[in-house]
Amino acid sequence: MTKKITINGNEQDWHDGMTVRDALKMMNYTFPMLVTKINGELIPRKDYDTAVIPEGAEVMIVHLISGG
Amino acid sequence: MKASEYFCERDPVAFPKWQKATVGIAGAGGLGSNAAMMLARAGIGRLIVADFDKVSLSNLNRQNFNIDQIGLPKTAALTMNIRMANPFVELEMHELRLTANNIPGIFEGVDVMIEAFDKDSQKLILIETWFKHCPKTALICASGLAGYGRSEEIMIQKEGSFFIVGDQHSELSEGIAPIAPRVMIVAAMQANLALEVIAGK
Repeated sequence: MTKKITINGNEQDWHDGMTVRDALKMMNYTFPMLVTKINGELIPRKDYDTAVIPEGAEVMIVHLISGG
Repeated sequence: MKASEYFCERDPVAFPKWQKATVGIAGAGGLGSNAAMMLARAGIGRLIVADFDKVSLSNLNRQNFNIDQIGLPKTAALTMNIRMANPFVELEMHELRLTANNIPGIFEGVDVMIEAFDKDSQKLILIETWFKHCPKTALICASGLAGYGRSEEIMIQKEGSFFIVGDQHSELSEGIAPIAPRVMIVAAMQANLALEVIAGK
């Protein structure tokens, strides 16, 4: 069985060592400004290449868009 | 004029909590000026608002300012406008540019924080600073509000005490500007969430 994580409430494939950057690529998220949380913890933007997503994690990724 | 008359027949459980509460608002533009006015009317006891900018003509299609206030600092103009609608709310205004260094000090101790910036990079600075210094205090952000119509696409995403209001895809571009109704819907949803969070404390 393929291993899974949840991104914004939807199940997605997961692999060992998967980083935030890998997840963004998989999801085709191209917005320059994102907010990413793994199991409730905010991942600073500078850590996207190194922060590893654990198996079964609940991931939140939202776009930040100018305007206000 | 008495506060008890102004706020007559309010929710007996939530209203006393709102009166004791402080809400921080980062930015006094389209989101911040409207959210601040609504929270003052609703009966929040204290508002802390910070903005570096001055009122300009191009703000008036969506921001809670008037023609005779062009050129005034937004914090000063907002104080005047809130005072005209509600003389009871305590106001702490900061005319300055918010940074990762001054955000924790200015907004220390607020019950709820509202992100009301325009630029995405500023939004991120506030979010990263907030989670570093005040991760347990509710933070209500906005993302995706340009254009008109499509009210039903505006939603709230929630993760713990972190909220994002908006459609998360409407970008500003040439000919796609923020316009009063959609900006004010998002501001109203941010203010409404702040009331809900405080009432639930």
